[in-house]
Amino acid sequence: MSSEQNELTQTPLLKIWVPWVHSTLSRRRGSSVPQFTNSPTVIVMVGLPARGKTYISKKLARYLNWIGVNTPNMTLFPLIGVLFRNCASNALTDIGAYFTKEQGQVAVFDATNTTRERRGLILSFAKEKGYKVFFVESVCDDPDIIEQNIMQVKLSSPDYENCDKEEALEDFLKRIECYKMTYVPLDEEKDRHLSYIKIFNVGSRYLVNRVQDHIQSRIVYYLMNIHVTPRSIYLSRHGESDLNLLGRIGGDSGLSTRGQMYASALAAFVQSQSIRDLKVWTSHMKRTIQTAEALGVPYEQWKALNEIDAGMCEEMTYEEIQGHHPEEFALRDQDKYRYRYPKGESYEDMVHRLEPVIMELERQENVLVICHQAVMRCLLAYFLDKSADELPYLRCPLHTVLKLTPVAYGCKVESIFLNVQAVNTHREKPPNVDINRKTEDALQTVPEHV
Amino acid sequence: LPPLTPAALSVTCTCFSEARVKLCMTNCPTLIVMVGLPARGKTYISKKLTRYLNWIGVPTKEFNVGQYRRECLKIYKNFEFFRPDNEEGLKIRRQCALSALNDVRQYLCMEGGQVAVFDATNTTRERRDTITRFAEQNGFKVFFVESVCEDPDVIAENIVQVKLGSPDYIDCNTEEAVADFMKRIKCYENSYQPLDEGLDRELSYIKIMDVGRRYLVNRVLDHIQSRIVYYLMNIHITPRSIYLCRHGESDLNVRGRIGGDSGLTSRGKEYAKSLGHFIQEQNIKDLKVWTSQMKRTIQTAEALAVPYEQWKALNEIDAGVCEEMMYEEIQEHFPLEFALRDQDKYRYRYPKGESYEDLVQRLEPVIMELERQENVLVICHQAVMRCLLAYFLDKSAEELPYLKCPLHTVLKLTPVAYGCKVESIFLNVEAVNTHRDKPENVDISRPTEEALLTVPAHQ
Repeated sequence: MSSEQNELTQTPLLKIWVPWVHSTLSRRRGSSVPQFTNSPTVIVMVGLPARGKTYISKKLARYLNWIGVNTPNMTLFPLIGVLFRNCASNALTDIGAYFTKEQGQVAVFDATNTTRERRGLILSFAKEKGYKVFFVESVCDDPDIIEQNIMQVKLSSPDYENCDKEEALEDFLKRIECYKMTYVPLDEEKDRHLSYIKIFNVGSRYLVNRVQDHIQSRIVYYLMNIHVTPRSIYLSRHGESDLNLLGRIGGDSGLSTRGQMYASALAAFVQSQSIRDLKVWTSHMKRTIQTAEALGVPYEQWKALNEIDAGMCEEMTYEEIQGHHPEEFALRDQDKYRYRYPKGESYEDMVHRLEPVIMELERQENVLVICHQAVMRCLLAYFLDKSADELPYLRCPLHTVLKLTPVAYGCKVESIFLNVQAVNTHREKPPNVDINRKTEDALQTVPEHV
Repeated sequence: LPPLTPAALSVTCTCFSEARVKLCMTNCPTLIVMVGLPARGKTYISKKLTRYLNWIGVPTKEFNVGQYRRECLKIYKNFEFFRPDNEEGLKIRRQCALSALNDVRQYLCMEGGQVAVFDATNTTRERRDTITRFAEQNGFKVFFVESVCEDPDVIAENIVQVKLGSPDYIDCNTEEAVADFMKRIKCYENSYQPLDEGLDRELSYIKIMDVGRRYLVNRVLDHIQSRIVYYLMNIHITPRSIYLCRHGESDLNVRGRIGGDSGLTSRGKEYAKSLGHFIQEQNIKDLKVWTSQMKRTIQTAEALAVPYEQWKALNEIDAGVCEEMMYEEIQEHFPLEFALRDQDKYRYRYPKGESYEDLVQRLEPVIMELERQENVLVICHQAVMRCLLAYFLDKSAEELPYLKCPLHTVLKLTPVAYGCKVESIFLNVEAVNTHRDKPENVDISRPTEEALLTVPAHQ
């Protein structure tokens, strides 16, 4: 075994150690990407109309994309007869193309898929291609839930654009009756070899059969934690801190005078909102805790909510980073999502560490999360389905509360500035990201500071 | 606000608020109630679940009614004790259940327990109603875990693995024991009322069917129940082994420095080679290899010439401002920190760094995936390996930071019966010792010699 085989080099962007042979990056045996599954997976939704299939598909796709599993959503609106068969096979071909060409890992096939015949078609297709199949069936017999569902999402569909609400509701209920006649739910006996989860009445009961791998296990866990009870999530940063004022990143400083004012304003705001059973979460860092203290209510500290670790750049100004580590500074601008600070973290690392926070947010109802700029960007990206490229540039200014309320298939956002001035800490991506750029170019977008 | 020294013990109690540092798992204690015929894995599940919950920081204790019966009866004659028409037997069994429940109440109400696992057959609705009423009276949440299995091979294997060695059968030969146990099971079968989708729809439970092929989950009420369900759905009983070892000896190791991201010494490289040979010889089916994202574990894995997966979560504990220091330097620059660490090594957090307690939290997804997997070799670091080992061997938070995980030694863990068999294999390549025992004097004002008494030798 040659001594070269033990020589490693650290990749500049991700800071991953890889073998270094003859000055080139050798074929890598080490995978730094989590192995969610070893073959592409098709998630197949099953259920009558108005059972929440699209709600679940979109939410699941959003979650999987956020944790780094490439998941497009293939929505198929139901059509009747022969057309249906053609559309279905078109969708399946699309899935095949997506897996091969774009190296997707999971595809969600959102349709009623209510007959054994239709599901058989999907299973044969998948078997031929070597894909795994996981069914998600939503069963609901509560008429109130169904009606709510229809009112929330169906009536605004293009199908009912010019209809009166009552008529539309009746028409949709008749549509459901059509499907009911041929609906064959997944059967405990006949389908015992399939991998699936059956969700009863929006989550009061689940039947889980033959979970094959890690990603299916994560999907099941996620689906078992989400709910549809109306609630709001409030995201905010800590009040302005002393290091913020100095234009320094990271660290563990306390609040400035204005930051304290914000904390009081936040307390008043929370009072005025009269939120039922509000939970308050902070990080372990002084500035979020100081902010929460002003609220005068119990709060929980999560280490996972700590700001991104800037490693060797902790407590530096951008000017200093440019001065001491110009190459690092440029690499960061080239790929802000994946860039890992030396001895620190990347946004990608943060998403990984925030996943349990997201899971618990899904379980909870009304929550106020007092966190940090990079952390808030990650959480916001999850709720608003922002891509990895957009995420690190989301605007999360100080002294502004974002109120997120799930509605239909997405999230309503209200931005509330609490009227206490604060320094701007948002640095846009500069036009020149080249490692040989001039200092002025590098520092072009640095916000003002003391 | 009192200055929050990040260095201090991670549990900060401020007088100014009701802040709680730890994530609140549940706001009232939980009683987990096992349900199922004998030999369905109830005790296996209870013990494993208890071990997991304790490891993640939820004080949990199991209460095995069979144990109470053995203490009460002293001598087990035969299955007749369990006959449904044995009045005397029924009386004793009921008393034992009540006695166990009493201890449950004591544990959850007075001893700071958060979860109690009540391990008994609990096969009748009547018994379960009694327990539910007991829980309601005491403000406990109830979560049932039922194991249903009709596979005769699984049941037979169960009996061989755990029943034959039970105190009940100490004087029996295998045939006698098996025959008696089968009759014991029969005693329960006629009165068995499994949890029913209709009749029990208001209860919170998970029904595990055929050792995990299928699950029915009903009314999960809170975070801890959700975590329990996730855990139970990820464990399996397929025989396999987990191999734990550290990276080969590193440059910083020989210099007595902690942390950092250095490469292997020549002895470390030799170890990597030996590890490669060892793995080959063991002829392990479908072995997965995991490393951290630090140079020394990756260099070690590279020598194996097989694919491996890098986990950031397996990185060594972050020693913050003490990174790359020798213990002598830590004592010189941060004597207070050094003493605090010796006072509570599990909870102590390095300034701008981590604690063992933080490590456990970050390793939880690794443990979950290890449970899902089969044969795995984990090449990691001293503190990380201690945390993983503590999980498998059910070591307390006090023992964990002092577990011995020497360099160049592979620990092969094989689940057996209710626990884990450990084989320690030293691969015959010398390495420096990096284990520092707890010194006798942990006082903050101790003299330097006493602080450094247990520091292992280095260059």
